[in-house]
Amino acid sequence: MSEQKPKTIFEKIWDAHVVKRADGYPDALFIDRHFIHEVTSPQAFDGLRKRGIKVFNVNRTTATADHNVPTKDQHLPIKEALSRHQVETLRKNCKEFGVELYDLGHPFQGIVHIIGPELGLTQPGMTMVCGDSHTSTHGAFGSVAFGIGTSEVEQVLATQCILQYKPKTMKIEINGKLGKGVVSKDIILYIISKISASGATGFFVEYAGDAIRNLSMEARMTICNMSIEMGARGGLIAPDETTFRYMKGRRFAPQGEAFDKAVEKWKQLPSDEGAVYDVVLKYDAADIEPMITYGTNPGMGMKVTDRIPTVEELKEINEQASFKKSLDYMGLEPGSALLGKPVDYVFIGSCTNARIEDLRLVASIVKGKKKAENVEVWVIPGSKQVEEQALKEGLNKVFEEAGFELRGPGCSACLGMNEDKVPPGKYCISTSNRNFEGRQGPKSRTFLASPLSAAVAAITGKVTDVREFI
Amino acid sequence: MSKDKFTILKSTAVPLPVENIDTDQIIPARFLKATTREGFGENLFRDWRFTSDNQPVKDFVLNNPAFGGKILVAGKNFGCGSSREHAAWAIYDYGFRVVVSSFFADIFKNNALNNAVLPVVVSDKFLQTLLEAIQQNPKTEVTVDLINQQISVNGKSEKFEINAYKKECLINGYDDIDYLLSLNKEIREFDLAH
Repeated sequence: MSEQKPKTIFEKIWDAHVVKRADGYPDALFIDRHFIHEVTSPQAFDGLRKRGIKVFNVNRTTATADHNVPTKDQHLPIKEALSRHQVETLRKNCKEFGVELYDLGHPFQGIVHIIGPELGLTQPGMTMVCGDSHTSTHGAFGSVAFGIGTSEVEQVLATQCILQYKPKTMKIEINGKLGKGVVSKDIILYIISKISASGATGFFVEYAGDAIRNLSMEARMTICNMSIEMGARGGLIAPDETTFRYMKGRRFAPQGEAFDKAVEKWKQLPSDEGAVYDVVLKYDAADIEPMITYGTNPGMGMKVTDRIPTVEELKEINEQASFKKSLDYMGLEPGSALLGKPVDYVFIGSCTNARIEDLRLVASIVKGKKKAENVEVWVIPGSKQVEEQALKEGLNKVFEEAGFELRGPGCSACLGMNEDKVPPGKYCISTSNRNFEGRQGPKSRTFLASPLSAAVAAITGKVTDVREFI
Repeated sequence: MSKDKFTILKSTAVPLPVENIDTDQIIPARFLKATTREGFGENLFRDWRFTSDNQPVKDFVLNNPAFGGKILVAGKNFGCGSSREHAAWAIYDYGFRVVVSSFFADIFKNNALNNAVLPVVVSDKFLQTLLEAIQQNPKTEVTVDLINQQISVNGKSEKFEINAYKKECLINGYDDIDYLLSLNKEIREFDLAH
């Protein structure tokens, strides 16, 4: 018997899920877990109705309402007619097709990428999809998770499979000790600033190295969440004891003996010694500092103490026009610094940074302090369970005393779709994942940063180096 | 969704030489509230096309009557960001059947192919040639030949890549679900064993 070729964790999971591989065709890949939400599913259900077919396996499908929901007065009917219609359509579709829905008011409702992990629906070794590009979040557990379009949502509902070409693999290794005030959001903003918003397009990324190993599960999720912001199909981290500890006892995780058996299986997942990646990148954790973005894509980031590049410093001439357009939109000068720049809004939330640890980080900075008068601060827990936990720990009191507004769970001001929007021309320091033009509302201007950096800006009212505070 | 068949397209083209055009620009989130696939073209590039009080932005290319056609030519990393298929629907609904760029984001590329919009990847150099040709003379016609995988303008041409399966789907108007449904028995067995 010849020895098997060493495989990466990605290859092991992918290959184990191929139902059919045929020459010239993309792989028919079996999907273990499918999450759906109100925005990208209605047309898919319509497609099923037109074809007269059912959902292939409702037990592998979970729905929630998150993108379009208000974060205030969630017990009342949604005010905006189109949003209300979309959420009602989800209800109707889930009822008709028999899909479990964690609707507004349900104790498990929340942002789809927050609730999957906290309920134990997300598990190592799984293939997972959702009609949302931040599905990569679930990769933190050592699963192959990626975002898809609505036609693909329909494919998965109809057949539990998706047709996909296998992407190339990239390993990003971060070794060393993180500096003071540097958290996982800074790691991922740093990587994206190094390789650009398209640097990992066509690749599935594995994050490795001791700086990643030393992170909590929630911090790992923040990193995997933003894989798409460098174009990656997805990003994952091999499961380890930290993963298993997090999984144990979760509602939909295997229980008792079944859990121990599952752990034994999960331990086989990490990449084999000698497994080959198409690209390997290595960074030193000590080089990473608190980060902030200055432009209109997540690749336009820098150390908070740096200055924005000048036009002449750009490597490619072709980029100059887009760079100028971007800074024009942001109302910023090439070559200027951001430290001390006043901000109008602080948004703490989104599938990137709205878990309990994020809220704790914020509370640790603001405890006993008050927000600056010039800023409005929104804290949006990622799920009903995160909200409950924050209340249990008294974080709500810390936020209240600081003048922050703690609201109900949802995607909120991450995407300018629901009621929570940043007004035109205003600056928002945000813990979310995208600083695109108009992302947080028409003409809004976004600085992406960590929960720590956002919290400190809430207190000072301007872009601040968090290290001066801790 | 199976749609029109695509073989060869000869059309004038619209130049949009901006890099990293994300799907929030193609169709902002606040216009994603519809529950059907139609009508998104109205809001294609909404915030670049119209001011906040709904007046056309004069210098935006879609408001320039000199430019038109079924081909959009854009800067590199087109369609990055959100997975919203509404971006592909908006482009189709507006009337485009081809988007040319030197680089596409993965999810957008899949979404486009699933909606009879052909993403054509060209070299940076050919992209510049195309943009210059169209900008100098908006009546310039561009030919996209899917059968021979070739794009041409003013006698200059370049080959482009597309995988054989997707090419066949576009030429015949097939979609992925038809193929997957044909695997039903194998998938059932896989599901049970898994």
